[in-house]
Amino acid sequence: MTMDSIALSRQLLDGDKMIVNMGPSHPTTHGTLRIVLELEGETITRATPEIGYLHRGVEKLGESLSFQQFIPLTDRLNYCSSIMNNVGYAHAVEKLLGIQIPKRAQQIRVLMSELARIADHLVCVGVNAVDIGAFTAFLYLFKQRETIYDLFELAVGQRLHTSFTRIGGLFRDLPEGFVPQAERFLVECEAAIDEMERLLTRNPIWHGRTRGIGVISAEDAVNWGYTGPCLRAAGVPQDLRKAQPYLGYETYDFDIPVGTTGDVFDRYLVRTEEMRQSLRIIRQVLDRLEPGPVMVDDPKVALPSKEKVYTRMESLIHHFKLIMHGMEMPVGEVYSATEAANGELGFYIVSDGGKNPYRIRVRPPCLPIFSSFEDQVKGGLIADAVAVLGAMNIIAGELDR
Amino acid sequence: MSELNINDAVMTTRLDAVVNWGRKNSLWPMPFGVACCAIEFMSMMSSKYDLARFGAEAMRFSPRQSDMMLILGTITNKMAPVLRTIYAQMAEPKWVISVGVCASSGGMYRTYATLQGVDRIIPVDVYVPGCPPRPESIIYGVMKLQEKIEKESLSMRKDHIGRFYESLARQEAIQTEKGLTGQQTIREMLMDAADRGAGTIF
Amino acid sequence: MVIEHIDAQLPGAITDRHDFRGDQTIVIAKENLLAVVALLHREGFQLLVDITAVDWPERPHVPGAAGAGRFDVVYHWLNLASQERLRVKLPVAEGESVPSLAGQFKTANWFEREVFDLFGIPFDGHPDLRRLLTWDDFPGHPLRKDFPLDGGDAFCMEGCTAPYNNGERSRG
Repeated sequence: MTMDSIALSRQLLDGDKMIVNMGPSHPTTHGTLRIVLELEGETITRATPEIGYLHRGVEKLGESLSFQQFIPLTDRLNYCSSIMNNVGYAHAVEKLLGIQIPKRAQQIRVLMSELARIADHLVCVGVNAVDIGAFTAFLYLFKQRETIYDLFELAVGQRLHTSFTRIGGLFRDLPEGFVPQAERFLVECEAAIDEMERLLTRNPIWHGRTRGIGVISAEDAVNWGYTGPCLRAAGVPQDLRKAQPYLGYETYDFDIPVGTTGDVFDRYLVRTEEMRQSLRIIRQVLDRLEPGPVMVDDPKVALPSKEKVYTRMESLIHHFKLIMHGMEMPVGEVYSATEAANGELGFYIVSDGGKNPYRIRVRPPCLPIFSSFEDQVKGGLIADAVAVLGAMNIIAGELDR
Repeated sequence: MSELNINDAVMTTRLDAVVNWGRKNSLWPMPFGVACCAIEFMSMMSSKYDLARFGAEAMRFSPRQSDMMLILGTITNKMAPVLRTIYAQMAEPKWVISVGVCASSGGMYRTYATLQGVDRIIPVDVYVPGCPPRPESIIYGVMKLQEKIEKESLSMRKDHIGRFYESLARQEAIQTEKGLTGQQTIREMLMDAADRGAGTIF
Repeated sequence: MVIEHIDAQLPGAITDRHDFRGDQTIVIAKENLLAVVALLHREGFQLLVDITAVDWPERPHVPGAAGAGRFDVVYHWLNLASQERLRVKLPVAEGESVPSLAGQFKTANWFEREVFDLFGIPFDGHPDLRRLLTWDDFPGHPLRKDFPLDGGDAFCMEGCTAPYNNGERSRG
């Protein structure tokens, strides 16, 4: 049964109800998804979401690309925080290979991930506020986001799709001038978050629109497969950075904010506090950043430097082997999860020992969260659907892959 | 009281020039934001880059109130019929900027799911390369469109748009006749066009 | 640890197991899925992280044998209390259906729809088994190995005017 016939048949059955088609091109969907809402007056009695409007076939494409070549595709999964996807994917392949990356590479990955987390939360909170009608906060927050993009551009050369990681480390070290600029950002961002909180946290309109909307219990949230800020807002202190530390997260000092009701307001508070905690982590990274290589010293994984390729026979052979035949991959399967801005971002990689992954699966954090949409909005008002959608932070790129 | 000199009060020009001058400086964009490029579009709209400098800040999310469609991101085969409908809903005159490689050519996604360029299903005026293009690039694309509008002939537009509506009628006919979904219809039309050696269905 | 519990309470349910890079994996037969899942739920594995599948078109189908059949349906569970992860694999032949977990885990609903869409594996007892990512009359199941990356000629990749289409992307 197609979506259109579902919409039509319901209209025929219940004459006094109204069908509203939200999407696929709708200003509050931020991407492409479609929801067929069944309304009685302004109350939602049913909501049937449909996704797949941005299904680009990434998993299939990955099967015909080598392990390194897949990195640019990971950028485009959650395009609000690309670097975290790079890190998550590289981490999974490193687990498959069984290698440890150098200390400095770990620290820079943490630094960049936390910057990306702030950028993602800024977009999420800012856009959620715009959808509800608070335009001012959006402009204040986006100013900070531009600063983060400037930092990315300085370090990587691209604003959005960074492709910063390589399997075994990073493709380059931080440039000169990055650390002072990042330190300046820390101060400015703190102030901007304060400003945003002054605009929103005690704002009665914001309270009215977000409190008690999208309430979910801890058990339900776990059953729906929630992860990330939405799960923490429901009162489950699950954060992979603490629970299953990777990249040395256990050595940093930070707290995990937890909500109580799981409503939109709690999700906002959790995200805001997470931004502050991320700033704390960044400060610690900047303090302890130690010099050293950013790529593993393993000719079977890392490309040799150009200078060596031109002057040494052995390096030339390694370079040729890596480019033409790819890395030597063990046969096996791994699942590796990292805490992305939206929740648990998992990569399940099956390798048959070839140059390309045999199967590459992206476990998107949004998909289980969005699947609960009907449950979240049923019985609420149509205007609340917009607030819930914003607080879920659906990124179509990773939702549909 | 001195006599009014007609040359001071009246300026002679061509109709094309004066209409196009008006059109190019009041473009109302409709962001068809589907993927990553939409994030850069947000940057372009907000404080630092500020599209208002080009008279194009009046964003309208309804196709009926806008005349410049910005396609921001990958258009998949599933989205293709939606895009055609939305383009058809826009009032004449209308222009399309295809932002980013995915919209322009399918980009890195040469897969079963992705439409290999929106110009196969709707007419495109300006292509902006990049993945994603920087806000400056998108603004440059808008400027290029303004240049194009300036030189446009009003009578030529009719022809250009007429072909699209013809293909839309054909699409509807096939869809009802064979009972297919929009996606399948567009696929059939694309295959048909490929047999004729054409790259587009309009 | 949980594997020993399963082995003790449901003897013979686990047909194969391995431990690669610290990922615990068990292979079970389709018939035992619901019993194992009920046990896992009692043991605290309450977060169903992911359901996906892997296509092995060359694998022979030997009924009853471990790791036989064309597809592996792969489940990932996480125990929130002990932070233990467990992967459960379920070999199924082409056309064979798998019991749905949508009643027990709401998150299974969409994951199963996705597997049905991309691999064509049906799920028994699923409340609403429709395609999720592709559209309704999509021809075939794209993540099967015999489905071409560009969908064959189905989407007019060939013969179109755009010059970038002339060369095939080199495959591995």
